[in-house]
Amino acid sequence: MTSSIPLSAQLINLFAAVILLLGFAMLAQRRMLSLINLFALQGFCLFLATLVAAVTTGQVHLFYSAGLTLALKVLLLPWILHRLVRQLKVKREVEALINIPTTMLVGIVLVMVAFNVALPISELSHTITRGTLGIALAVVMLAFLMMITRQKAISQVVGFLSMENGLFLAATSATYGMPMVVELGIALDVLVGVIILGVFFFQIRDQFDSLDIRHMEKLKDN
Amino acid sequence: MPGLLSLDLLISAACAWLAIGLAGLVAPGNTRFIARFLFPLGAVIGIAVGVVALASLGGEAQVAVLAIGLPDLPFHLRLDNLSAVFALLLGFVSAGISVYAAGYFRDGKGTAPGLLCIEYHVFLASMLMVVLADDAYAFMVAWECMALSSFFLVTTDHRHEEIRRAGFIYLLIAHIGAIAILLCFGVMTGGSGDYSFAAMRQQELAPFWTSAAFLLALAGFGAKAGLVPLHVWLPEAHPAAPSPVSAMMSGVMLKTAIYGLLRVSFDLLHSTIWWWGVVALAVGLLTAIFGVLYSTVQSDMKRLLAYSSIENIGLIAVAIGLTLIFHAYGMDALAALAMTAVLYHCLAHAGFKSLLFLCTGSVLHATHERSLGKLGGLIHPMPWVAWLALAGVIAGAGLPPLSGFVSEWLLLQGFLFSPGLPHPWLNMVVPVAAALVVLVAALAGFAMVKFYGIIFLGQMREPALKDAHDAGPWEKAGLVWLALITLFLGVMPSTVILRLDAATRQLLGAGLADTLNQQGWWMLAPISAERASYEPLIVLVTIAATLLLARWLVRSLFHGRVRRGSPWDCGYHFEGPRAQDTAEGFSQPIRRIFEPVFRMQRQFPAARDAQPVYNVKVEDHFWYWCYLPIARLANWISALIVTLQGGRIAVYLMYSFITLLLLLLVARP
Repeated sequence: MTSSIPLSAQLINLFAAVILLLGFAMLAQRRMLSLINLFALQGFCLFLATLVAAVTTGQVHLFYSAGLTLALKVLLLPWILHRLVRQLKVKREVEALINIPTTMLVGIVLVMVAFNVALPISELSHTITRGTLGIALAVVMLAFLMMITRQKAISQVVGFLSMENGLFLAATSATYGMPMVVELGIALDVLVGVIILGVFFFQIRDQFDSLDIRHMEKLKDN
Repeated sequence: MPGLLSLDLLISAACAWLAIGLAGLVAPGNTRFIARFLFPLGAVIGIAVGVVALASLGGEAQVAVLAIGLPDLPFHLRLDNLSAVFALLLGFVSAGISVYAAGYFRDGKGTAPGLLCIEYHVFLASMLMVVLADDAYAFMVAWECMALSSFFLVTTDHRHEEIRRAGFIYLLIAHIGAIAILLCFGVMTGGSGDYSFAAMRQQELAPFWTSAAFLLALAGFGAKAGLVPLHVWLPEAHPAAPSPVSAMMSGVMLKTAIYGLLRVSFDLLHSTIWWWGVVALAVGLLTAIFGVLYSTVQSDMKRLLAYSSIENIGLIAVAIGLTLIFHAYGMDALAALAMTAVLYHCLAHAGFKSLLFLCTGSVLHATHERSLGKLGGLIHPMPWVAWLALAGVIAGAGLPPLSGFVSEWLLLQGFLFSPGLPHPWLNMVVPVAAALVVLVAALAGFAMVKFYGIIFLGQMREPALKDAHDAGPWEKAGLVWLALITLFLGVMPSTVILRLDAATRQLLGAGLADTLNQQGWWMLAPISAERASYEPLIVLVTIAATLLLARWLVRSLFHGRVRRGSPWDCGYHFEGPRAQDTAEGFSQPIRRIFEPVFRMQRQFPAARDAQPVYNVKVEDHFWYWCYLPIARLANWISALIVTLQGGRIAVYLMYSFITLLLLLLVARP
């Protein structure tokens, strides 16, 4: 059976597995700078996976996607986030409501759910990368979980970006990527989003003297 | 086809009304231009609409497809006899109101005259489109335009909080009604997805679904017409609106709801089930009794008229119920009689109620007072308004020889034949309903006497009333026009019924024309001359002769020397205009007899009070029975839902996450 899977597919599966592993690592990581580094590494794996898919299928727009991923998610966004963390002087995440081992267990359950859900969908697909759909869904869910359990605004943004990584992987694995226009649009959205959120971080800190989002609970309409 | 069809003319009239409305925006602050030029122009178009509709009565139905609307969903329009009757009503009555409005709207606070002009004419055009619409889409668009334009007209004086509140209640109930109508159309398409009325006529629905459609139509159009318990907006919106707007809403807009109910129950749903009639009859009776009782105890002249409108709509619903019952049992001649009563009362009420509302407008302008307790004796400074209001009051009280009598008489004639119904319970219960209708008619007379007597007769309750002035020439012209309509409808019933016959025949397949044609034009005997007949001209001549004779006798016996002396004051030395019977005092017997019907809060003076104050506040039970519980329930549910909004971003994210997970698990292939 193993011999029937081509080398490129095996490589893509490997990178996808590493992306998932990095997703777990991000879920467990509490130090901000390491979190951003892990995110950059995840982006790099995504870049490699897309590159392999591009080389194998020879689709030109996948090369563009790969280049975009490298430029944006591996270099530009981590650099912006690094600068933000240095300027805002946020070192670590506070203790979350759910402790890390429990979070990891919930994450494992989510991965199982994701694989279970993705199974019938990946059978409909005919791409060489279809096996990674479950992984992509699991990455999305892990990132979502990270957004829920974290208290600092920066780790939520990292969770959001990681979720975008998962969606990108899903798109690549199911249909060899989205149309170029959509991909460019999403990339621009993410970039602008991070820049705006960076501005917000400073505003939030000026207002509350902290980046802890629990302070925003009092903003609700009563 | 060479030449223009009547339908084309009516569509052009609607466009012309819209154009007049837009012209008002050219100089929105120029009251002179708008009032003296645009409103009379609108009245001319109103008369044209009335004449075209009158001429098209009895002709073949005409259809047109307008190239506006959504892609692949153009507006279908159709002019048949039923539409023509209501277009006729709209045209002739609106002409009087527009002429009156030319003299009524002045500079001052509130909405600018240009905006009023466009709202008013959009209102007119949308009512015309409602009666012409031939698919549910066009109907709903026109219906909503009508509701919105009238909402803005009601809130003309939006600086007052109570007026904004009245407007909100009106809009709320209008939308509840619109939802019911939309659902009704949805049921009638029968799942075919074709929303044209022509397709709905072809649908063969199961009895359950036809009944559902009928009940939805009754609820939806009932909300617009003011059937209990969806009537609460009427007594709020009518006093809030300027008088021409009240007149237009009460006289014409309520009739579009009746039009819709007739269209759905007799045209679009071709089978009729007898208990529909019983439901309509019961709701109508409840509405009529409720409306008339509350109208007798009001102290605000426009609220009194608003409740009186509820009563009249109730009577129309009773007549519709009777028609449905007769129609379901195949008694077509009697069904035609009851249907004639429906259409006739629509016309009659449109004439006299808009006349009365316009009279209150003149009184309001002259005295700045709406409360009956501060009016009185206005027949001296305002003879024109007083005498013209008398015409409306006589018609409203259902007295011969004016219009209200004819329709109520026709309705009662219909009731007199109900023992012939082949249903054992119905032929016993329906005569009881007839007795209640008579009670309503009598109490309506009471309310009208109160309205007229307190405002125009007696002595002036406030010294400021001496400065009251009569209506201006434009206002007089509008009032005279409506009074003439009322007189014509009262004196020439046979002529009118022969014209209406085409609509009755279209809906029921039977009419009164054959019977009426055997008799002379002066006489009205709907079934046979032996059974019952009414000769309005003879009644009119008798009344006039008696009055003239009495006047002549009085003048000849008495020498014409008028002496004014103080009457015996019963030992009370303070006897002035304030000692006259008040509005509250006048209706005290009714309040006492029907005490359980009202929700009253009374404040009595103490025994040795130096400045005694008596205060009575009559409220509507339905507020406490229907509306407040619903409002409390809505508040309670909102309070539950607001706990979802905890303010924690993590929790909000959790909601999205759980939703995503559930959707993934539920929507599996």
